[in-house]
Amino acid sequence: MIKFSSLEKGQVIGSKTVTVNRGDLVRYAGASGDFNPIHYSERFATEVELPSVIAHGMFTMGAVVDLVGAWVGNPGAIVDYQTRFTKPVVVEDPAGSNPSDAEGTAIEVEGKIGALDEEAQTARVDLTVTANGTKVLMKCQAVVQL
Amino acid sequence: MGINPDLVGHIYPAGASYQVGREKIREFATATKASSPAHFDVQAAQALGYADLVAPPTFVIIIAQRADAQLIADPASGIDFSRVVHADQRFTHHRPIVAGDELLAELYVDQIREMGAGAMITTRAEITTVSGEKVATTTSSLLVRAGD
Repeated sequence: MIKFSSLEKGQVIGSKTVTVNRGDLVRYAGASGDFNPIHYSERFATEVELPSVIAHGMFTMGAVVDLVGAWVGNPGAIVDYQTRFTKPVVVEDPAGSNPSDAEGTAIEVEGKIGALDEEAQTARVDLTVTANGTKVLMKCQAVVQL
Repeated sequence: MGINPDLVGHIYPAGASYQVGREKIREFATATKASSPAHFDVQAAQALGYADLVAPPTFVIIIAQRADAQLIADPASGIDFSRVVHADQRFTHHRPIVAGDELLAELYVDQIREMGAGAMITTRAEITTVSGEKVATTTSSLLVRAGD
């Protein structure tokens, strides 16, 4: 268990890469109940002026927070979690690949202690989330109860 | 503008309750690539002090989006789902959600703002147990892009 007193603002808690392919989007659609066709139909996505199929923002938000839950050793300790979705994560369907086995788009996430509240014994972890060199989430913050 | 501004302050009452099941927690955890054994293994969850499998931090979006669906389906809202982009999302957990919970979601339309030719709508879902215990508050903003 992480001790509140051992933490410092600005401290990096870790980083990881999450990949997402078209198969992952179908799986997330089924698990979440979000069947917006922009997340599986390239024809539909481009007709509504998106570059291609894009990941559910909630897929990205849900996947990157694992870094925080794993760091604290208890995903139920995350008492508040928010983000803004600023750029879509485009997920291509490369020719000659099985969409469920394709390498997919890499989403990079790094977590840093953004704030500490001694009275509440909470730490705010600020996540920097990028894909293809662009920040895709802004103000992505998870508050952990220690 | 794609949204009826008169909806601000409207409350959509909770519909049927949502039963949080172990298999749904496992399925959602797999789909979001969550690694904690507390989402998959009851003993691991109990070792952390939970009565049963604990839901991932964004699991409650399932229930919040069901509540949002009432708004999107409401002919009075004027929202075209195919032009909706998720702009921001927040979860405040009053206590962790575990398998066996039976939850209700009451939806509040908090704000509607014109954004160029489109509009931004902010909704809040208050998630409680069927006996009225506060479990989570979710807030989401949807950008409805202008149509052709």
